[in-house]
Amino acid sequence: MTQLPRAGRRRLLRALAATGATAMLWPSLGSAQQRPPLTRPIPSSGEAMPVVGLGSWITFNVGNDRVARDASAEVMRNFFAGGGRMIDSSPMYGSSQEVIGYGLAKLGHPPPLFSADKVWISAGARGRDQIEKSRQHWQVPRFDLLQVHNLLAWEEHLPTLFAMKAAGHLRYVGITTSEGRRHREVEEIMRSQPLDFVQITYNVLDRDVEARILPLARDRGMGVIVNRPFREGALIKSIQRYPLPAWAAEIDCTSWAQFILKFIVSHPAVTCAIPATTSVAHVRENLGAASGRLPDEAMRRRMVAHVEKL
Amino acid sequence: MSEWWTYRPSDFLLFSPRTYYRLFELYNAEIWPAQILTLALGVAILVLLLRHGGAWRGRAVAAILAGCWLWVAWAFHFNRYATINWAATYFAAAFAVEAVLLVWTGAIRGRLLLSPAVRAVDRVGLGIFLFALVVQPLIGPLAGRDWVQVEIFGVAPDPTVVATLGLLLAAPDRVLWTLLVIPLLWCAVGGATLWTMESPDAFVMPFAGALVLLLAAWKARTRAGMRAGSQSCL
Repeated sequence: MTQLPRAGRRRLLRALAATGATAMLWPSLGSAQQRPPLTRPIPSSGEAMPVVGLGSWITFNVGNDRVARDASAEVMRNFFAGGGRMIDSSPMYGSSQEVIGYGLAKLGHPPPLFSADKVWISAGARGRDQIEKSRQHWQVPRFDLLQVHNLLAWEEHLPTLFAMKAAGHLRYVGITTSEGRRHREVEEIMRSQPLDFVQITYNVLDRDVEARILPLARDRGMGVIVNRPFREGALIKSIQRYPLPAWAAEIDCTSWAQFILKFIVSHPAVTCAIPATTSVAHVRENLGAASGRLPDEAMRRRMVAHVEKL
Repeated sequence: MSEWWTYRPSDFLLFSPRTYYRLFELYNAEIWPAQILTLALGVAILVLLLRHGGAWRGRAVAAILAGCWLWVAWAFHFNRYATINWAATYFAAAFAVEAVLLVWTGAIRGRLLLSPAVRAVDRVGLGIFLFALVVQPLIGPLAGRDWVQVEIFGVAPDPTVVATLGLLLAAPDRVLWTLLVIPLLWCAVGGATLWTMESPDAFVMPFAGALVLLLAAWKARTRAGMRAGSQSCL
């Protein structure tokens, strides 16, 4: 059922990206990468995916502002230079897709890119047109992953996406939800459909998915993408006035952002978290969570208890 | 939309405050010096409002306002705001409809009858118009935003809407509810947007809208009462 990526230059470059050779082969991306980021295999293919990706909700929706577009491209440059691969967007996110396309063109279309987008339209018949428009905005030959955004008209869109995948026009198929909505329906779709990915909200305070969806994803061999890891910044804002506990050094955390991300990506079912940012410093900091030691189960419980007490 | 009760206004905010106010900065730079023209039009409306004269003044004011609404619909909502907010195309349509209503009701049918404010409620309307013209553009800079991001009557939606509300309230003849609906709705939309962005001036639009709504309702009621009283005397 699952179609592995075709052999060839693109596959080789992807493999090299996953092993940290990107900076050598793609010097224009800079030399910030110290060591390859931690990766998780995509369950349906085994393809290695760095555990920290890049979201685009709000942050990349800057319209035609050339200065802000260049700043977004700089974030992307540092993301790729740090070994990142997955960038996620949606037609719902205003100009984010166009801004990503602008950045990719400016960076010379970095081969490590794993393009994750969504279909978000209530009329199933118009799904393909929207996907094509999105592809043109991104300026990519095809998407790696397409997801049904917030389950909107999923009964109509999923057959389209599976057909695209079967035809080789798409590599992975998924669904998304956020902030704990419609989890029962998500479960039903996960049980009935051969999805590659499910995208959900999960962080140290929002842990509903631990009970059923994350175990189900493991059972069904589905990758998990985690959105809103920082509650759109509100989580960081609420805890950053407290000092990072000294024991955070045991899992190589130097900031609250890394603390939160390491909690997320240390769950064995999680493939990748996709924090969004407009800051080069923050994208580097986020990618720092994809290196060093990850918390074990006892440490994860300690992290939850600590944050809940703040 | 399933589980609609779980959504908050912030779930619909697609952009950051920085991006939103940069939009005004770039817009102001691109259309300069149109702001001087619209401010001059605002002063012209004020002069027309304060002078005695024929019904043509109401038609002229309605035509100027309609031009401003149409400009905001096209130049701001459709060409700029829509680049960061897909809902702005609907805002553009609503503003264009208001422009058409102003032309039809005010400029063609001559229903916007103006005379110098006599009653207190008319004066409040005049005050609201002056607030939109002079004070409202200063709120952003006073709240810490850059001067180049200033929002000016005739080119930016919020002061244009508040000025229109003030004029409709100041018109002593009757309350033109059909012209009030879209401006009042925009007060809710604009206020929610700023509130979600945690802007300190988020209260201005809802407050202006609520004030005009209350005073317009009171005005309509007293006018109906006066009419009933005069009929009973016959």
